[in-house]
Amino acid sequence: MVTIIKPENIVYSRSHAFTETSTSYCPGCTHGTAHRLIAETLEEMNLVDKTIGVAPVGCSVFAYNYFDTDFVEAAHGRAPAMATGIKRVLPDKCVFTYQGDGDLASIGMAEIMHAAVRGENISVIFLNNAIYGMTGGQMAPTSLPGQKTTSSPLGRDVELQGFPLRMSEMIAKMDGAGYVVRRSLHDPANIRKAKKAIRTAFETQMHGLGFSMVELLSTCPTNWGMNPVDSCKWVEDQMLPVYPLGDFKVSESVSELRF
Amino acid sequence: MAKELIKGNVAMAEAAIRAGLEAYFGYPITPQTEVLEHLARRMPELGRAFVQAESEVAAINMVYGAACTGVRVMTSSSSPGVSLMQEGLSYIAGTEVPAVIINVMRGGPGLGNIAPAQSDYYQSVHGGGHGDYHPIVLAPASVQESIDLTVLSFELAEKYRNLAFVLSDGSVGQMMEPAELPPMQPIVKKNYDWAIGGKGTREKRILTSININPHDEEIANLRMLQTWFEIKKNEVRYKEYYLDDAEFLVIGFGTSGRVALSAVRKCREKGIKVGLLRPITVRPFPDEVIIELAERVQGILVVEMNQGQMLDDVMIAVGKKVPIEFYGRPGGVIPFPEDVESEIERMVSAKLEIVNNPRVAWLDRMLHR
Amino acid sequence: MHKEIMIAGYGGQGVLFAGQILAYTAMDIKMQVTWIPSYGPEMRGGTANCTVVISDQEIGSPQVAEPPIAILLNLPSYDKYEPLIKVGGVAVVNASMVDRGAIRTDIRTIFVEASRIAEEIGDTKLMNMVAVGALLAVLPELDIKEVKNALRLHLPSRHHALLPSNYLALERGFDAAVSQGHG
Repeated sequence: MVTIIKPENIVYSRSHAFTETSTSYCPGCTHGTAHRLIAETLEEMNLVDKTIGVAPVGCSVFAYNYFDTDFVEAAHGRAPAMATGIKRVLPDKCVFTYQGDGDLASIGMAEIMHAAVRGENISVIFLNNAIYGMTGGQMAPTSLPGQKTTSSPLGRDVELQGFPLRMSEMIAKMDGAGYVVRRSLHDPANIRKAKKAIRTAFETQMHGLGFSMVELLSTCPTNWGMNPVDSCKWVEDQMLPVYPLGDFKVSESVSELRF
Repeated sequence: MAKELIKGNVAMAEAAIRAGLEAYFGYPITPQTEVLEHLARRMPELGRAFVQAESEVAAINMVYGAACTGVRVMTSSSSPGVSLMQEGLSYIAGTEVPAVIINVMRGGPGLGNIAPAQSDYYQSVHGGGHGDYHPIVLAPASVQESIDLTVLSFELAEKYRNLAFVLSDGSVGQMMEPAELPPMQPIVKKNYDWAIGGKGTREKRILTSININPHDEEIANLRMLQTWFEIKKNEVRYKEYYLDDAEFLVIGFGTSGRVALSAVRKCREKGIKVGLLRPITVRPFPDEVIIELAERVQGILVVEMNQGQMLDDVMIAVGKKVPIEFYGRPGGVIPFPEDVESEIERMVSAKLEIVNNPRVAWLDRMLHR
Repeated sequence: MHKEIMIAGYGGQGVLFAGQILAYTAMDIKMQVTWIPSYGPEMRGGTANCTVVISDQEIGSPQVAEPPIAILLNLPSYDKYEPLIKVGGVAVVNASMVDRGAIRTDIRTIFVEASRIAEEIGDTKLMNMVAVGALLAVLPELDIKEVKNALRLHLPSRHHALLPSNYLALERGFDAAVSQGHG
């Protein structure tokens, strides 16, 4: 056992924006990575004391236990509406939602689109892992063509079950959106880019520049039936062609932000 | 303050503002749209939050969010819209945060029509969303009561961290009457020990309706029931008319209550000893006074603009002590006083029997008019 | 005192405002009053009606099955509501828009050329006030002076230039009813 005695030798520690609670996520799942990026960003921006998070329904339903900020728990898909209610009465606070693909792109489609088009000054962290995790691996609106899930056991047949939804591309078309990008959590280089994007999203909000969303391509080793390494590879090989990474909306004011 | 001639819907909206409404989220639907329209103009000019939401589903979840911050928040809708809100209402109830909902009821089920009705009694009074919960439900019969009960709804919602409904109908909502609005109350920052708003220097707070451990959820349920019994003990309200020497009792709330008042007066002129009880809180239901009255009347007539919903609560209170008759006009039809008058006269002259379901005889009379 | 008044016509004839001015008048003289409109799709270009109940005690029903008093501003309203008027009641009918006489003999019918008189005054929109004036001849509980007062007090000030012509419309309607032996 190595004991670190010099602070300058510490290369990694738990973010102060976290509580001591251990997460309930499966081994290899990228929710933990996404949480850490948010926590570090809140800490760096000195926002921990003035942030209200809105947790979704899905695997991250207990997100409120992990961040050391005030939190509320929304009904399935309604996080953007609940965040709207909070932000409209507390416009100086930092309000973010954390939502999965079933929550945001299926049952919560109306709420996310209208929050974006109203230009609600909130930040949305959208985890897209192409499957329903909490309920045990059903087809999501973002599942890939041919992807086998418990509710598309023969593979997603686009003739019968439709096509994957590209939320970032859609939301980028909304005039109220200031910052909409897609990043991925499948390797360290992309994780660093994701961190930068999350920072930009919160900066967008704190400067009052409108709706911001970061879509994060994520893994679900458990429900995909893969080990974590293969899962990351699957993101790269299978998801990236359907969900290209990129900046879909960076308003002029957002592009001028310096931090 | 002087009285002004004011429409029920506008009166509720302005009363809410004067009671310190800080945020409103709603969606247009007849016959309540004047509430939204009034607030669309007034809230922004006062620097308060107003959002016309994309749906009633979104509106109630915006209410939920704002309610978690401890501000006075409200939505308004009419029957089909309130059906859409049931999800959010259950979550608000489960989180034990205060919120006010105005329902200007219209004819149903389904799209129904836009005429006044009282067929959302079950939905509001007995909780239309999932799970055990206990909303406070106030039923105005006049524009003045619309004002007074809107103000009261905020006070009760906050006092008990509970849902409070103002259960109006298209008639009371569209009607104009002289009424007095309360003076403008200043917005008071309340610093509740449960509200979220950024933790600052305190411990973080979580507001949620989740209790993943059933035993914790059971404890939460028992606590909510305790609160409810406290509400029931303290907050029952009703109005009595001609009850001192009444031999027959009419019970009706809201618009059917005031229609019944006209009928009761006509019958009094004919020498019939009949009185009226008009519940103002339909939940908590004024069952104790009804039990007392049942001891000394020969028959009870329940009048509603539905198929007999409050009737069940009257029957539970009265049991088999005295015959109960029912007269209802469902589907958006308002009874005329003459209709209720002849029902009272029928009750007085008939040989009344205690039956299991007064709706059966009523339906028969309706079908063979 | 208990008066129930129905006013009916088509949308745009000032049906609702005619009822409101009676309601304002009643409020100003410290009576209880209710005003309730028909609302919804029928408002858009179709028939409109409202009911005003004025009383010295708490008002029960704001609607009446058989109005004892009615102002009927066009033929469809006259056809629809003439049969419903309470026996012994009174109907003020806009004769300018009705091409028939009364069917009911058990009510009093006052025919007033309300549209024509309004046109003479110079604004056809005053037709509703002419009809209200005619009603006042048989409704002594509401003094024409009080109605004028209510107009002055409750008409938004941007419309105050219209007050003299509104007063004149009330008077002309009142006189028309009186000249026929009513009031």
